[in-house]
Amino acid sequence: MTYSNPPTVPRQSATFDDYTLSEIRRAAATGIYDIRGGGAKRKVPHFDDLLFLGASISRYPLEGYREACGTNVVLGTRFAKKPIELKIPITIAGMSFGSLSGPAKEALGRGATLAGTSTTTGDGGMTEEERGHSEILVYQYLPSRYGMNPRDLRRADAIEVVVGQGAKPGGGGMLLGQKISERVAAMRTLPEGIDQRSACRHPDWTGPDDLEIKIQELREITDWEKPIYVKVGGARPYYDTALAVKSGADVVVLDGMQGGTAATQEVFIEHVGLPTLACIRPAVAALQELGMHRKVQLVVSGGVRSGADVAKALALGADAVSIGTAALVAIGDNDPKWEAEYQKLGTTAGAYDDWHEGRDPAGISTQDPELMKRVDPVAAGRRLSNYLKVMTLEAQTIARACGKSHVHNLEPEDLCALTIEASAMAGVPLAGTDWIPGKTGL
Amino acid sequence: MPSFDLAKVPLRELNQALHNVAAGTNEIDFEVLNPRGAHAVAVGIDAPVTVDVRGNCGYYCAGMNAEATVTVHGSVGPGVAENMMSGTVVVKGDASQYAGATGHGGLLVIEGNASSRCGISMKGIDIVVKGNIGHMSAFMAQAGTLVVLGDAGDALGDSLYEAKLFVRGKVKSLGADCVKKKMKPKHLELLADLLERAGITDVKPEEFTRYGSARQLYNFNIDNADAY
Ligand SMILES: Cc1cc2nc3c(=O)[nH]c(=O)nc-3n(C[C@H](O)[C@H](O)[C@H](O)COP(=O)(O)O)c2cc1C
Repeated sequence: MTYSNPPTVPRQSATFDDYTLSEIRRAAATGIYDIRGGGAKRKVPHFDDLLFLGASISRYPLEGYREACGTNVVLGTRFAKKPIELKIPITIAGMSFGSLSGPAKEALGRGATLAGTSTTTGDGGMTEEERGHSEILVYQYLPSRYGMNPRDLRRADAIEVVVGQGAKPGGGGMLLGQKISERVAAMRTLPEGIDQRSACRHPDWTGPDDLEIKIQELREITDWEKPIYVKVGGARPYYDTALAVKSGADVVVLDGMQGGTAATQEVFIEHVGLPTLACIRPAVAALQELGMHRKVQLVVSGGVRSGADVAKALALGADAVSIGTAALVAIGDNDPKWEAEYQKLGTTAGAYDDWHEGRDPAGISTQDPELMKRVDPVAAGRRLSNYLKVMTLEAQTIARACGKSHVHNLEPEDLCALTIEASAMAGVPLAGTDWIPGKTGL
Repeated sequence: MPSFDLAKVPLRELNQALHNVAAGTNEIDFEVLNPRGAHAVAVGIDAPVTVDVRGNCGYYCAGMNAEATVTVHGSVGPGVAENMMSGTVVVKGDASQYAGATGHGGLLVIEGNASSRCGISMKGIDIVVKGNIGHMSAFMAQAGTLVVLGDAGDALGDSLYEAKLFVRGKVKSLGADCVKKKMKPKHLELLADLLERAGITDVKPEEFTRYGSARQLYNFNIDNADAY
């Protein structure tokens, strides 16, 4: 008797899924790790795993369209003679000229200014497009110091000392040859067309004691006028926040692992760093223990997409949030209207992340003069401003429903968590219980 | 001559006065007494003044200097003349780590020795060290010239870009992608000019060896992976 094996449906491995197999083949064919832009694509506990409780008999709400709910935020009240006041608690994160086109930078400046908030320079220095169009501009002071000069330092409204980024805590910048146009090369004092691997450590200081002296120097150079931020990637938020405060920062910018980047190794983006949700409470705890909560402001970034995310970050204790990826989407990144061109690049709208190749159909992450014409800075700026205003209205809607007359009055008590993981990370009770793993009971 | 005794007045007063120098004023020669290792002495100057600092300074002395001539009659801590744009900074004694780090222009002269990472990430500054320099000097140096009359420590010019390095003494080892290069007439000219500007008369350009980037690591190539 012959045995015939009854067929089953072909079964794919959960461990060796399609993406994993294609990555093994890609590595075998090229001999180099995958480089891409954007943030982590894996699912990690996030703001979606939290809910607001809203008002009830014991908490009364504010009238949606009548009673005021403030959204302004003042940054740099600790030491700076000229703190910054933003109308909304959402800022535009540092994104380098080089990784982004001139028109994209201009659009960010226009949109932020219309909405009453700030933009931030990035690795590669300050451009006229962004200084000219950003009423409030934060100047990043990065390990590479590309284009860093005292004139720009003095014409900035605030200074952000970048220690790390959530997408790659411990990694330097990366801008590959394809994007090093003549202008980008000149701003960075490097030959055209070479791969630029920006330093991962500052060249002239290491550790918190040095950082304190570095901040003192920056303050002396700018006559103690400008707020000084310290930006760290989500790694050890409790200690990093405490050390930033000790070093004399006015503002701590904390960027979780989902945070976007212009380009880095995929393995870095997906496997290093702490999720944004897990960063906030330890940082706030450090500030509270030092008596510095609301005195040193906390700006949180990494995967902020909506007014709900903004409200949740603020409720957990942040003073403001900062957005990168979402701002790029608002000005046209990954827009389905370019689908045919995304297909030609072997991808699809929504998944395009080869920003380092400089062939962005949307004209944003490119230095190609033809492609960048697709960004109309005025129209794109208007879109960004609309989006920022919507997020602010959404955050206000939630705050009013929780009975708060300012978005900063939101508090952890207004939240519950949908999963045990999110409950533990955010330090708010699991929905329907008073249980916070690691804190209460059990 | 405006004089600031840092034993009596706060550092802030000195730096503010240096930043307030008005165009066309005659009060352009400053003196600093008793710096006593203070950090950020004479930083962020943006005017053609002279500053004589009488004593030792801490970190970032003359940081981000533009146009001024700052002379330190003593030794300096880390990051002297960091990110200098133009002008001249002279250190009569020794300098700690990162001397001239990321400097874009101007001339830095160290009459003694400089420690490790001298000229790190330099972007156009000229640095002349009369003594020796420590390890990892000119790391990722992008542009400008580093001249060393004495010896250089380990890993000179690691991951070098386009900066030019000239060493008269021994080099303990070269960093990744840094190689010895032929001295051409234009390099001898460059050296002669720099030595003259640094006030060095008893040393000839021919006594130096030139080092520069092999440019092998400029674009990623899997066959170079061992060098990364
Ligand atoms: C295109 C791009 C370029 C970036 N460039 C920089 C940079 O130059 N310096 C920096 O500190 N962070 C940089 N970032 C990170 C952002 O400042 C920010 O931390 C991050 O985008 C926040 O996460 P989100 O993208 O999820 O909003 C960049 C991000 C993107 C998307």
